[in-house]
Amino acid sequence: MVAGGFGVGKTTFVGAVSEINPLRTEAVMTSASAGIDDLTHTGDKTTTTVAMDFGRITLDQDLILYLFGTPGQDRFWFMWDDLVRGAIGAIVLVDTRRLADCFPAVDYFENSGLPFVIALNGFDGNQPYNPDEVREALQIGPDTPIITTDARHRADAKSALITLVEHALMARLR
Amino acid sequence: MATPPGGSNSGNWSYGPAQGQGDGAQNPNRYNFPSTPSQRQQHPYAPQGPGPSPYDQPPAPRIQPVQPQRRSPEPAPAGASNNPLVRPYAMTGGRTRPRYQLAIEALVHTTAQPHQMQGQLPEHQRICNLCREIKSVAEISALLTIPLGVARILVADLAEAGLVAIHQPGGDENAGGQPDVTLLERVLSGLRKL
Repeated sequence: MVAGGFGVGKTTFVGAVSEINPLRTEAVMTSASAGIDDLTHTGDKTTTTVAMDFGRITLDQDLILYLFGTPGQDRFWFMWDDLVRGAIGAIVLVDTRRLADCFPAVDYFENSGLPFVIALNGFDGNQPYNPDEVREALQIGPDTPIITTDARHRADAKSALITLVEHALMARLR
Repeated sequence: MATPPGGSNSGNWSYGPAQGQGDGAQNPNRYNFPSTPSQRQQHPYAPQGPGPSPYDQPPAPRIQPVQPQRRSPEPAPAGASNNPLVRPYAMTGGRTRPRYQLAIEALVHTTAQPHQMQGQLPEHQRICNLCREIKSVAEISALLTIPLGVARILVADLAEAGLVAIHQPGGDENAGGQPDVTLLERVLSGLRKL
């Protein structure tokens, strides 16, 4: 899973390392107000679609890795619950200029127990804060890797994925 | 586990009771799909009147309506002409849950011979044609522009009919379905070789 706030580069990250152009799947959900609001005159508001971008990497003849960018809005947690099952882990992309945007994702993965790493996406190649400062600011424990990345570059995205899988492996072996 | 508001621990999709029931007959449709399985007697693109419709069928098991169904006829919304004619769950016969839970990344591969496809619904045929090369449920949804939940149901139908094979992702049931160590090692090695 690739998570993070709106516009932090999730789809860019997926596209950088995916072997296909990122695809978009849509889920249909009833609106949060269904059953409460009078829907009589709001026929077009009974459903909401949640879009999710994803890519794929064929690792072996019989092994395909899928990268799912999570829908950003908090009220689509149900999609995250579905993605967490069977997931290796999550990369939480962070724009350090908008640190608070990643709080919901960090909270979610801490609670769900899914291994995650924090990747600081340096916009325009800048990294205004170093990982230690971010660790302090986010109150992230020493076990969770914090790395810098550039979501536009394949090598960076690949390296972030390797860090995540290594971390997930360590977590399983502990 | 602390599930945030609106979250679901049940493992089931909360596409929700309001779909496929109640107001369906009054709400024309967002998605323009080529067929509506439950409406074979009439032209598939015919506007729906207030009469019997697939949405008035009994709901699928386990899905409880939030409120009694309203049958009182209402005028069609003025903006109806902008909407596609078939609601997404029409092609599943109103079912909102597959017969069994398919992972979003489950892989689907067509096993059907061409002659077996005759008489199948157009959506089923499209999925079978697409999955001559292995595809995930997510890819089927994206490439055929079918909502994810609908794709899950249609694929489950095909699997039940023996027309596709499904490879559910390997997971360790003792660890909440998360990948086991062997799989993680394979993924790691594969990523390093990229």
